[in-house]
Amino acid sequence: MLNQLTDRLSGVIKTLRGQARLTESNIQDALREVRLALLEADVALPVVKDFMQEVRERALGQEVLSSLTPGQALVGIVHECLVHLMGEPGNGLNLATQPPAVILMAGLQGSGKTTSSGKLAKLLKEQQRKKVLLVSCDVYRPAAIEQLQVLASALDVDCFPSSPDQQPEAIALAALDHARRHFHDVLIVDTAGRLAVDEAMMQEIRLLHHALNPIETLFVVDAMQGQDAVNTARAFGETLPLTGVILTKLDGDARGGAALSVRKVTQKPIKFIGVGEKPNGLEAFHPDRMASRILGMGDVLTLIEEAHRHVDRVEAEKLAQKIKKGQDFDLEDFKAQLVQMKKAGGLNAMMDKLPAQLTKGMTPNTQMDDRAINRIEGIINAMTPAERRRPELLKASRKRRVAAGAGVQVQDVNRLLNQFEQMQKMMKMFSKGGVSKMMRGLKGLMPGMP
Amino acid sequence: MFGFFRKSSQTPEPPSEGWWNRLTSGLSHSRTKLTQGLGGLFSRPLDDAWFESMEEALISADVGARTSQTLINDLKREARQQHIKDASELKPLLKTALVNLLQPLERPMDNRAHHPFVILFVGVNGAGKTTTIGKLAQHFQQLGHSVLLAAGDTFRAAAVAQLLEWGERNQVPVITQEKGDSAAVIFDAIHAARARNIDVVLADTAGRLPTQLHLMEEIRKVRRVVTKADPSAPHEVLLVLDAGTGQNALAQVRAFDEAIQLTGLVVTKLDGTARGGMLVTLAGEHPIPIRFIGVGEGLEDLLPFDARSFVDALVE
Repeated sequence: MLNQLTDRLSGVIKTLRGQARLTESNIQDALREVRLALLEADVALPVVKDFMQEVRERALGQEVLSSLTPGQALVGIVHECLVHLMGEPGNGLNLATQPPAVILMAGLQGSGKTTSSGKLAKLLKEQQRKKVLLVSCDVYRPAAIEQLQVLASALDVDCFPSSPDQQPEAIALAALDHARRHFHDVLIVDTAGRLAVDEAMMQEIRLLHHALNPIETLFVVDAMQGQDAVNTARAFGETLPLTGVILTKLDGDARGGAALSVRKVTQKPIKFIGVGEKPNGLEAFHPDRMASRILGMGDVLTLIEEAHRHVDRVEAEKLAQKIKKGQDFDLEDFKAQLVQMKKAGGLNAMMDKLPAQLTKGMTPNTQMDDRAINRIEGIINAMTPAERRRPELLKASRKRRVAAGAGVQVQDVNRLLNQFEQMQKMMKMFSKGGVSKMMRGLKGLMPGMP
Repeated sequence: MFGFFRKSSQTPEPPSEGWWNRLTSGLSHSRTKLTQGLGGLFSRPLDDAWFESMEEALISADVGARTSQTLINDLKREARQQHIKDASELKPLLKTALVNLLQPLERPMDNRAHHPFVILFVGVNGAGKTTTIGKLAQHFQQLGHSVLLAAGDTFRAAAVAQLLEWGERNQVPVITQEKGDSAAVIFDAIHAARARNIDVVLADTAGRLPTQLHLMEEIRKVRRVVTKADPSAPHEVLLVLDAGTGQNALAQVRAFDEAIQLTGLVVTKLDGTARGGMLVTLAGEHPIPIRFIGVGEGLEDLLPFDARSFVDALVE
């Protein structure tokens, strides 16, 4: 996500590099590039204007001139301003109220309200051990109610039955009553998509809000949205006392400028980001990470956090130690890493979080699906513990045995060993400093994966 | 606005009087917005600031920064060459430039060439594929064609139920499968359409983002399998595009076109505040005919694209 913007800003930085000092004029050029990049990233024009003003004021100050590397200083300022603009980290939901805590979902058609409702239910149920009730007040779109019901039953979460011939408000009140009587902690109310210009529908959700008095009113926004994001956000913000934003479809390649626009207009925190259609594809929003990502630093932190959620912590720390030392990285660790990678959502999900200019050109070749990972795992499993620790033991005869054991060709075993060797080198590079070095290593490594 | 009617001359008269009203009311929202955005500018004095506000107005309509820049630079040159001093004289120039860009996209669909005529709908999640199919089913029925729907979105919860309901509303058969992938359902549907002598097959697919490579691979497969059912099919591959989409629209069009060779676009949700300016960018960078635009919630709010009306709405 946000890749192109990352590319562009990286480009700007490159042009700034090698210049001893920032002058008014070369700042001008760089700033114009930043402005253009932000606009092409769909950040709304008024937001860009304010932003550029802020950056310019700061950049022309002393911090830049006294800095040794002007490029870095400017990036630092842009980054700082971006973080500032994107506001507080998503500090989760406020559920501190007399149960049931009501969460109202609102947004345009197709922004991802129903999918997000399901994801939210799963998150509350599994991470906070809440008893959740879902209800759909979408009596307009065909099968919208069914969609939520199907999601709920897949998640094993209660769903209050409703039907298209009922009034949304009546459904909501009945669900609230049901939640009270059945001791649900949280009631998530999914609503129909509506256009901000549709007065009748906006009135409807106003009434719905009034009837429910939700503690959280979440505005669901498609990350692919263009300049109109400001208008929509303003209209929803004026109609409803929003408490937060969910930014969806961030696994796409949209530049995601809508995030900045919506944040600026509503002044409400972006609480979650939606990635993928799977029910666990809801992540906390981190403004600093998002800004880092925009500036080409990648989202390594999210990656680490994700790995932690899926992976045995002790195991991970052991590995981290090894990586740090840059030695003793054996095939057993290699295998453990592959398994973790699989748990963390596969290679592509991870690549998405790494800096764009590093992963550029890799994605099309890296269709290393679970099957390929399984195959590598199989080969390693066919080795003895001693061989896994010391792959150099593997000579022709042993290789033949391993290949037969894993049901592959000897060439496959050779390829794996080659890749492992490269990976080992990469780990050493990593320990000596620089993710970028590691990524360069990775770049050569990935396309050849079986 | 009459441009929209020009299209319907080759089709039967609009069946309900609501058609015209819906169109005008549908576009009026964006029209009001746009008037504020662009129209007002033509009465201001002509100077550098004017060109800048003009460029910003285009950008705010999602035309895109680079495309807007190019358009404005051209406009500046024209103004200089023709010694234009008055902003109102620039209006026809800008309009012409935009119409020239967009006119090649104004190519309505001809569904009489094949029988059954197979239309495959693709797009990102939430673009409005299923709703578009529901509306188009009615559109074709009004033209006197028989229609069959293929519930190819086997992925999203209740997507099949959604299409079934559209089928019920329009009284058209819907082909579904208990299990099985998109490709299999659509394959079945084409055979069913042939057996029942159906004119048009509308095939739904799951929403997918171009970054989801396995899903892009799947859609390629759908196309291959459709070709097995009928070597000349699919006769149309339509990308459904949300008018609110920003510059990512270009990436979407490129990715889907590369994967399954698009024949046209359907632009939905033009009745909101989104102005659909990215169509101008698309026209310049990766032109694909725009078959329909959606200007309202109603079943008949799907209209053929007309470049002149669109541009009028953009700069009037």
